[in-house]
Amino acid sequence: MDAPPVDWSVIFGALPNFWRGLQITLMLLAISMSSGLLLSIPLGVLRVSPRRWVSGSVWFYTYVIRGTPLLVQLFMIYFGLAQFEAVRESVAWPLLKSAWFCAWLAFTLNTTAYTTEIVAGALRATPPGELEAARSLGMGTAAIYRRILLPGALRRALPQYGNEVVMMMHATALASTVSIVELTRVARDVYSDHLLPAEAFGTVAVFYFVLTFTLVGIFKLLEQRYLAHLRPKQPERKAG
Amino acid sequence: MFRRSFFVAALAALSASLIHSPLSAQSAKLRVGVEGSYPPFSQISPDGKLSGFDIDIANAICAEMKADCAFVQQEWDGMIPALNAKKFDMIVASMSITEERKKAVEFSDPYYDVPSRWVAKAGAFTEATPASLKGKTIVVLRNSPRAKWVQDTYKDSTVLLAGKEPEVYMELAAGRGDIAFGSSVVSGEAFLKKPEGKGFAQVGQPVRLDAGGGGVGIALRKADGELRERVNAALKAIKANGVYRTLQDKYFDFDISGG
Repeated sequence: MDAPPVDWSVIFGALPNFWRGLQITLMLLAISMSSGLLLSIPLGVLRVSPRRWVSGSVWFYTYVIRGTPLLVQLFMIYFGLAQFEAVRESVAWPLLKSAWFCAWLAFTLNTTAYTTEIVAGALRATPPGELEAARSLGMGTAAIYRRILLPGALRRALPQYGNEVVMMMHATALASTVSIVELTRVARDVYSDHLLPAEAFGTVAVFYFVLTFTLVGIFKLLEQRYLAHLRPKQPERKAG
Repeated sequence: MFRRSFFVAALAALSASLIHSPLSAQSAKLRVGVEGSYPPFSQISPDGKLSGFDIDIANAICAEMKADCAFVQQEWDGMIPALNAKKFDMIVASMSITEERKKAVEFSDPYYDVPSRWVAKAGAFTEATPASLKGKTIVVLRNSPRAKWVQDTYKDSTVLLAGKEPEVYMELAAGRGDIAFGSSVVSGEAFLKKPEGKGFAQVGQPVRLDAGGGGVGIALRKADGELRERVNAALKAIKANGVYRTLQDKYFDFDISGG
């Protein structure tokens, strides 16, 4: 009726902003995922440790993080810590003052918790025969982890880890709440400046959609390369 | 044949009742969009109740118009789109009247008009000119005429945009910004008078941004000209009969009506 017609000219004008937002989103994702992965592999190994207090403390960490929303974790780090004078006067404050550091810290803590469980699950799924074979060859625990457990587990973890990367990519949108101008923030600004919700959020949805399918494609390629041994064998043609 | 026409008639009656009931309810009930995080104008108390000058003014205007009003709380970013999407019928959320917003909505006469004000650590700045704030971080409310003005005027400063007015002062107190620019009344009443505002002070003179006519108005849909006239008449009436004055004195020891 009196609704304004869809107006794409504003979106074309804002495309450079969306492009910069995309770069910020990718940067947030890259720094969080790389630190998260580095932490998750040792933590995953500790998570399957036979010592109860070791695996129990890693479990407690992943349980607490997986039991609370990422937005709450981000707000606790960005707004919550800033409330205490002791924090504001500590040596960590120059870091905690920065929105980027807070976002990186929250995202890393979060993805590490999920990835640790993925790695631990994949380690537990190691076929017992592989371990027996390694032991019969006289390998020690360290060698078994290096040669058998980790290479196998990390391969098996690939599909789930691919999902985790896509979920974290979507979760970077939360950085828009702490003054970081990533894709979602750009869309919200376009929306509130020009009052064009359908165009602004529609455009950003296309950006996320393309990003998601690029990531899914990359993981498909990785799986083809590293999980080739798990694919059903092509039936051999009988000669004759 | 009979059954079919009966079915069609029933369907028509049903759809008519579906289409008409919200409309007829709407004429009886007015929905008022409010924000809830702009103390002392609009806030939510710990027990979940809305209070503040905006809320009291909205209630007084509704009483004057003899309208049954219901409040709808809405995030600041989505206020105008929600009004135009008929989620509510008017916005009473300390919204400044600007030329840009007038393209999307209609405004009532201003119901208050207060200047903006700079706030920083006491003694940090003697004035707030573009030169003295060069290289400093200014905190200001996102999606506001103040933000636009700061971004246009203080080109050598970093601008940190906060999502809500209380966050402007949270960021200032946390040291993420060097100086804040906000409503003189919000900073005066809801920050400087509170323990969090200890050690902070106003900088320079009050600033008036009057591009659009100035003042704060009630926003209405463009098509609702008749409602706008009723709102303006009610506003005039409560100013004349002393209700406005009583409400103002409940919150402020100075005149905010802007004449």
